[in-house]
Amino acid sequence: MGLQHLTPLQKDAIKEVSNIGAAHAATVLHQLLAEKVSMTVPEVSVVALSDICEVLGEPEDPMIGVYLRVFGEAPSKILYLFPREEALFLAGLLLAEEDRQEDGDILGELEVSALKEIGNILTGAYVYAFSNFTGLNMLSSVPALTYDMVGAILNTVLVDLGASGDYALLIETKLKACEVNITGHFFLVPDPGTLAIILDALGVKGQWPNSSGSECPK
Amino acid sequence: MAEFIRVGMSEIAISRTPDVLVAIGLGSCVGVCFYDPLLKCGGMAHVMLPDSVQILGAGAEITKPGKFVDTALPELLKKLTELGALPSRLEVKIAGGAQMFCFNGDTDRMLIGPRNVEATEQLLTSLDLKLAGKNTGGNHGRSVRFDLATGMVTVKMVNSPDIII
Repeated sequence: MGLQHLTPLQKDAIKEVSNIGAAHAATVLHQLLAEKVSMTVPEVSVVALSDICEVLGEPEDPMIGVYLRVFGEAPSKILYLFPREEALFLAGLLLAEEDRQEDGDILGELEVSALKEIGNILTGAYVYAFSNFTGLNMLSSVPALTYDMVGAILNTVLVDLGASGDYALLIETKLKACEVNITGHFFLVPDPGTLAIILDALGVKGQWPNSSGSECPK
Repeated sequence: MAEFIRVGMSEIAISRTPDVLVAIGLGSCVGVCFYDPLLKCGGMAHVMLPDSVQILGAGAEITKPGKFVDTALPELLKKLTELGALPSRLEVKIAGGAQMFCFNGDTDRMLIGPRNVEATEQLLTSLDLKLAGKNTGGNHGRSVRFDLATGMVTVKMVNSPDIII
């Protein structure tokens, strides 16, 4: 049994718990920006690894990616993707004018640091809510940041899923700060095996095998 | 009319002149290009991970041979030989294997990009294939265009001029 055999009920359960996590993250972003922040209902999709780099439009367009790992009982990965201009705007809100260093194509050290911190704060809120709801112990790593082709970022983050299957489960939410027009993509990607644990914690595991979340669809 | 053939993660594609094989967004993955200059045919594998035996255990069922270095290279070689290519004539070029995210405390074992490159180079040596060019490592993603009319491999990166290998 593979990722493509998730039932609508299971997908809804995952969507719901992600929704709770994302709502917390949106609240925190709202407090941070003092702006109205809206979010989309999370989308749960199963994507063939060979098609991964086309998930977000033109794969060669550069974007800023902030990547964190989640450890504990439900190991996963978390990835934020922002267009460069919007990320810089976001960073600028946390920085004093004289601290801003971005210059042409280079991101200043302080911008990098501010964006990582935003990733950290959002993830903290998300993971806290997710963990509370499921009863699973979760802890996030420090963030890493890169500015590169969006296809290559997705490729790198998802590469180790290849060890156990040909598909990836992506949970995507878009966060939007209305007034300032910032759109960020937020992805939660359960590690192989984690899906079974999450489904179990939500009480919708059904026939889903323990080892799965990972195996190739037959 | 030249056709652009997209080679996604874990895929293998072969074709002939004037087609162009394209792998977009290589991060830690490696694009391995084999070219027979006489027949002007070639193939590309978009490998993700270094070693199927280490990861899945010996004798495991492999659904996508293009995924692992140790299964992709022999498969690519086989497909090209079926087209009439001669292993001794093949020019091999590789690109990719970057380390895009850096976490404190990562050990070498966790760096998939460099391990992919190392595994590829070792296997090329033991298959007796000659490496004609490479652009690997670093911390930037790449796109690779492999022109089967000329055998030229163009590597594109964000914020730097194209590199031809």
